Amino acid sequence: MSSQYPGMIESALFSRDVIAEIQRAATEGIYDIRGWGAKRPLPHFDDLVFLGASMSRYPLEGYRERCDTRVTLGTRYAKKPLELKIPITIAGMSFGALSAQAKEALGRGASAVGTSTTTGDGGMTPEERAASSLLVYQVLPSRYGMDPDDLRRADAIEVVLGQGAKPGGGGMLLGQKINARVAGMRDLPPNIDQRSACRHPDWTGPDDLEIKIRELREITDWEKPVYVKIGASRSYYDTALAVKAGADVIVLDGMQGGTAATQNVFIEHVGIPTLPALRQAVEALTELDMHRKVQLIVSGGIRTGADVAKALAMGADAVSIGVAALIALGDNSPALDEEYRKLGSRAGCYDDWQAGRDPAGITTQDETLASRLDPELGGRRLANYLRTLNMETQIIARACGKSHVHNLEPEDLAALTIEAAAMAGVPLAGTQWIPGRDGRF
Amino acid sequence: MNAVASETRIMDLRQISVRELNQALHDLREEGAPTRWQVRNAAGEHALAVGINAPCTVEINGHVGYYCAGMNKYAELTIHGNAGTGLAENMMSGRVTLKGNASQSAGATGRGGLLVIEGDAAARCGISMKGIDIVVRGSVGHLSAFMAQRGRLVVCGDAGPALGDSLYEAQLFVRGQAADLGADCIEKEMRTEHLEALGALLDQAGINLPARAFRRYGSARTLYHFNIDHADTY
Amino acid sequence: MCGIVGLYLKNPALNDRLGALFAPMLLEMTQRGPDSSGFALYRDQQPQGRLKLVLQCAEPDFSWPELAAELTRVFAVDVDFSAVHTHCLFSLTADETAVRQYFARAGLPCAVVSIGRHIEIYKEVGLPEQVASFFRLREARGSHAVGHTRMATESAVTTAGSHPFSTGSDLCLVHNGSLSNHNRLRRKLEKAGAVFRTDNDSEVAAQYLDIQMRQGASLEQALYSALDDLDGFFTFTVGTSDGFAVLRDPIACKPAVMAETADWVAMASEYRALAGLPGVETARVWEPEPATVYVWEQGGRARTAGKNAQEAAPR
Repeated sequence: MSSQYPGMIESALFSRDVIAEIQRAATEGIYDIRGWGAKRPLPHFDDLVFLGASMSRYPLEGYRERCDTRVTLGTRYAKKPLELKIPITIAGMSFGALSAQAKEALGRGASAVGTSTTTGDGGMTPEERAASSLLVYQVLPSRYGMDPDDLRRADAIEVVLGQGAKPGGGGMLLGQKINARVAGMRDLPPNIDQRSACRHPDWTGPDDLEIKIRELREITDWEKPVYVKIGASRSYYDTALAVKAGADVIVLDGMQGGTAATQNVFIEHVGIPTLPALRQAVEALTELDMHRKVQLIVSGGIRTGADVAKALAMGADAVSIGVAALIALGDNSPALDEEYRKLGSRAGCYDDWQAGRDPAGITTQDETLASRLDPELGGRRLANYLRTLNMETQIIARACGKSHVHNLEPEDLAALTIEAAAMAGVPLAGTQWIPGRDGRF
Repeated sequence: MNAVASETRIMDLRQISVRELNQALHDLREEGAPTRWQVRNAAGEHALAVGINAPCTVEINGHVGYYCAGMNKYAELTIHGNAGTGLAENMMSGRVTLKGNASQSAGATGRGGLLVIEGDAAARCGISMKGIDIVVRGSVGHLSAFMAQRGRLVVCGDAGPALGDSLYEAQLFVRGQAADLGADCIEKEMRTEHLEALGALLDQAGINLPARAFRRYGSARTLYHFNIDHADTY
Repeated sequence: MCGIVGLYLKNPALNDRLGALFAPMLLEMTQRGPDSSGFALYRDQQPQGRLKLVLQCAEPDFSWPELAAELTRVFAVDVDFSAVHTHCLFSLTADETAVRQYFARAGLPCAVVSIGRHIEIYKEVGLPEQVASFFRLREARGSHAVGHTRMATESAVTTAGSHPFSTGSDLCLVHNGSLSNHNRLRRKLEKAGAVFRTDNDSEVAAQYLDIQMRQGASLEQALYSALDDLDGFFTFTVGTSDGFAVLRDPIACKPAVMAETADWVAMASEYRALAGLPGVETARVWEPEPATVYVWEQGGRARTAGKNAQEAAPR
């Protein structure tokens, strides 16, 4: 077998990366913390392809023949569901993890194309509310900055059980990012490491979640949709339980979903990929006859309109982007490569978002760095990216003969690998074989 | 609503729904809305009088379920009975007085105002508190003041195990026995300023006990920055 | 995820009203558990040697009279039976082990729901109100009852998956919470002879207690061992022939509240299930301490044991 260094053998198990990590741990005595989501290769939407129109199916013409992308979220109980123009939302990211400028840019970009942004751990900032025409307000285990006035002026409420990067883990923000403003919002002393709660303080379990959701509805006079966000784990049961607990919308975040700061072992080894999680969630909704009645938003590795279209074909009502949105703003841009090198990284590899020294000015509280991000320009870049995602989704949908992106279905897909076929519940291309279905192997 | 502001408006939960009660309490900002309320036949209902956002007084007769007075702002509530989980959770301001016993997580994540519990509170009283003052005439259960960030918890009786586990800057005062202290929670000196502030708080709560009968507990602050030597605490 | 309730009458004058007092407690927990419901009644205690057996069958045309005749033949005794909805109560003079073995081998489409001299368990898919109606709970008379309303978490909504689980003669368990090590424990208990009908974590807890007690532990000891051997979040209420027991795990996140008067002692997941009991306004009301076993037995004798044991309840 050939190796990078002929004549020498590098262990696949104890590669140089692993050696570096072990020796780092031996030096520092603490786990490695980083941002981003799972970085290792995983079965994903790339392993699925669409069966475009041919003899038996007919495509729609571009432009004149309408391909509708509008989505309504929160139809189950809320008096005022959210009406989105595109099936792509911005995922929850905190002020604290991100700079104020980044949060504003996200709001501007999302509002320009008619979709929503989401607050994060730490609460809602006035700028965020002003910048976003549709704002989803998170209720997290920490309850930092939780304020009924913010509940009342939010457009939707998202009860967070967990996120894909760390199902079972709580928030994390290190001292270097807890400046006076962040500390004030969170009722913490400045510059200390924030310890995280992983369970909610006043409920545990779906039976008590039901009661908590009812309280949140009562406080807001049943106006706003209540989302429940879950990191992908036992997605079939979690979805069923979220429905039983009274959710209007379920947000499902696969292990590829990003974080601002989490232990590397948690990110890479806890949680399942978006692909099987999505399939399980849709199965649960279908069995409960709740598909499309309780809407499903999926996140974790959405990058292109192809990902969007595939998620919708598998049954999601919408998708959410986090890492991709930050990249659209300029994170990991090659233009900053020299600065990344000074930080011991490279453009394309930089994931030390927890450190707060981001040269792009996005995942930092340092005023000088943060001022590098112009919110207006950032907003335009995000809007451009979102429009591109939406157009790509429409192109694919039209090619499959759909006049609404929600009419994409699993039967429009084929799998390129056995794993993807099994996980997505979609036949291996050229066959009728879905591993595990109908007892066939 | 034509009621004169000084009249007491009576809401009987055998005749109206919880939704109607809360909606009426949320419509208080209207001109001439009644500011004195009495709720009857609470019968353990959940989410009673939640999200109030205007000054008023509310008397609740009977036992209440979960999250009574949740996220209260400005209102003064008195509950003649026991309360379920999460009494006055995330309260912002105002006052809640419970005549009976409180279940778990009383005053959870509270950010302001005063919560007085004349009976006992169960586990996790004051969990994650962020500025609220909580005064308990009786005892509190285990893990009270867990991750308590700001505010004051005063316990006239005993405190259950793991008091103040993972404590930030909240101040804890206990008159009876603390079964044991949680991670990073230590006993601290009671100085003049603490005695004065505690005395004022006890007065405000209507409790006739001397401040010097209490001991003070607070954070040792060893967990504020990760230190490998403290790894056992995690 | 669920609601659990238990009512133990210390004053026999209330026995005629057991169902009337207990049914509202069960129904109050409907929101916590809309999928299925069940209860164990302790009534009509049989003399030594005589057994009561409750069976359940989903097939509507299953013949209980034929089964009764077969049992008469096999055990050479008179067999009384009365059918109610999908269940049937049998009583006969027979050895319990022999009866259990018969049903284990008979391959019948019915399940043994409970066996004992005192206990009768009824459980079905459906709202608590429906289940209470099916089995005429309101009219029941007896000394104590334990009940459950279920919101299924990781296992399917089936009758077999409903609580209470019967843990041996006259014993039953209801559970609110979620165990985390029940799969490996299930395999270990299977090696020790336990037979499981479901994937349910609560069934594992029930079998665990049964095996502990068959190996000689008292109920209290078995529950105390459970603190070491079971991981996860739980509030358990266990019914015994002459009383009941309550145990919460050491973290005690799942709710539990108890109330006691001279006439009765009760537990529930939420206080409002207790709010209708006579004299509750002046009852002693408290939340059980974590990792502490509470036991009440005939005559209202109470014991507590465990890491956080507190004073025994007043007489």
